[in-house]
Amino acid sequence: MRLLTHNMLSSNIKGVTNGFPLGIVVEKVIEKPVEMNPDFLKNMFAKIEWKALVDASRSMGYAELPDQVDSSMLDSVEFLQRFHHALLELHLEEGALVCPETGRKFPVNKGIPNMLLHEDEV
Amino acid sequence: MWFLCVFYHRLLDYRKPEVESLALMFGAFDSDDGGQDGGEHLEWRLPEHHHPDSPFHFVDLPSEDVARDIANRSILVKGIYELWGEGNNYEELEDAIKDYPDERKLPYLSPESTFRITVDSFGKVISFQEQNERIQSLAYIPFKGQVNLRNPDHKFWLMETDDYGTNNGLPPVVQKRIFFGREVGGADRKLLPTYQLKSRTYLGPTAMDAEMAFLMANQAMVKPGKLVYDPFVGTGSILVAAAHFGAMTMGADIDIRVVRDGRGPDCNVWSNFKQYGLPTPIGLLRADNNLPPWRPGLKEVFDAIICDPPYGVRAGGRKSGGRKLLKGVVGPYTVPDDKRTDHIPSTAAYSLVECVHDLLDLAAKMLVLNGRLVFFYPVLREDESTENHFPEHPCFVLVSASEQILSSRYSRVLLTMVKSSPYTEEIEEEARLKHLEFKENHLKWMEDGNLHSAVFSPGESVFVAEGDPKVSKETKPKYRGKYV
Repeated sequence: MRLLTHNMLSSNIKGVTNGFPLGIVVEKVIEKPVEMNPDFLKNMFAKIEWKALVDASRSMGYAELPDQVDSSMLDSVEFLQRFHHALLELHLEEGALVCPETGRKFPVNKGIPNMLLHEDEV
Repeated sequence: MWFLCVFYHRLLDYRKPEVESLALMFGAFDSDDGGQDGGEHLEWRLPEHHHPDSPFHFVDLPSEDVARDIANRSILVKGIYELWGEGNNYEELEDAIKDYPDERKLPYLSPESTFRITVDSFGKVISFQEQNERIQSLAYIPFKGQVNLRNPDHKFWLMETDDYGTNNGLPPVVQKRIFFGREVGGADRKLLPTYQLKSRTYLGPTAMDAEMAFLMANQAMVKPGKLVYDPFVGTGSILVAAAHFGAMTMGADIDIRVVRDGRGPDCNVWSNFKQYGLPTPIGLLRADNNLPPWRPGLKEVFDAIICDPPYGVRAGGRKSGGRKLLKGVVGPYTVPDDKRTDHIPSTAAYSLVECVHDLLDLAAKMLVLNGRLVFFYPVLREDESTENHFPEHPCFVLVSASEQILSSRYSRVLLTMVKSSPYTEEIEEEARLKHLEFKENHLKWMEDGNLHSAVFSPGESVFVAEGDPKVSKETKPKYRGKYV
């Protein structure tokens, strides 16, 4: 699971009002280099919850993202590379996503988050 | 500028919508009103006496570049040609070609260039010798260049149609007509054998066949850098086509075995992309289309949503909630804490109406403005009135509906919709109430939308009401899709 996906997900358990961002329990992180597409990154930048991305990347062991950002930073190649690395090259291969309200763990196996709810959670 | 557009004689309903989608994608309407999606159509014309199902059409396109782009990307266009002449016989053709202005012809006949003439026919076979005779008879065109059969600069086509009788299930097409033109562009159907399902490593029972998957990607106007989502991803067959055209892909499925495990380390959704050297999806997850786990503020992230929803004929949809629970067999229960970690939640059947409602609501929220939703919708063929009852949504305008006949009982229709207005709070609230109604009346909706029994019920019960069963059967065209 890339952090782009993490940034889009929340816990949708019945009754949970604040299911975002999900905490990350790391068992195995892998890095897979992919080609950078600046247009895609610029497009995605507006949709990203920045703080959640920064926190998530730190919990995955990558601390190079700045806390504060604005869109002018997208002109910097160095910033784009860091953003790209955090968003698309870090993978949570094994671990779990944790609902911030209830502590319910959504398992991540083989890079696939299992977001399906139990019968009593819908 | 008018071009001759010749189609492969397949999937007749899909031909023009594909060209129109590609025309919009390649900027054919850009000068009109800033490329607003939804309202534009190309101007089409049929050759004299041709049936609308004829493979020969004339189409008005703004430039040769746009025509080439469309033809090269298309799946169903055999070629787009600059027509130099046409006629009902070879004398008429000669007159027409001679009348065609020299300044259009001579640049393509120059001594420095290479060329090739191909003789093609529709509805009959022309022997090799006859082909040669026909090519020789074109000697009145002043070809100065060198012949190069393999890789010529200019490709010329001589195409004939003839009356081939009515035995092959097609409508009687045309009187004999001959076309001669210069090829502007042609489809690359070589990608179909490359991607054909029988060489795909990981397949499911409802994997989308390669030709249709590419068509769906074209309807969705997939381009490099776009983000495409399939909420019923299965083995990824639709996303493979989108990835081939350069899109970033994302998929979800409720069945964890399909998305996570596949049939082993080298036979899963990821391997289906690696097999063709395509970038793997940027995200795959297990999620329920009925209760999507997207964070509340997230909207307008996907450029296109392409999918084949489970409509309960070959594969039924599932959603969270528990089979017995929703049927009212058992009361609400809680999973004991010590069993939570490895608990496998039971799922309930998911009716088509609810599934499509959820899909439209999700798409309305998650698509960018002018983003496209492309999906299959099943139609019972007995019910003539269903034709006008495609699902609707205030955020979407229907762009095209193309039918593919699957059996005498039912068809599937590829619906292409464009998001034309933003997702408002009122629409969100309405969708929430509808969601609750579906949940509370689970059983009723399951019975109402049961396509499986309609498709597989015994024959008599279907045709009794229509009087003579034979008559009603024969009025349905059979050739549109299944046999062509």
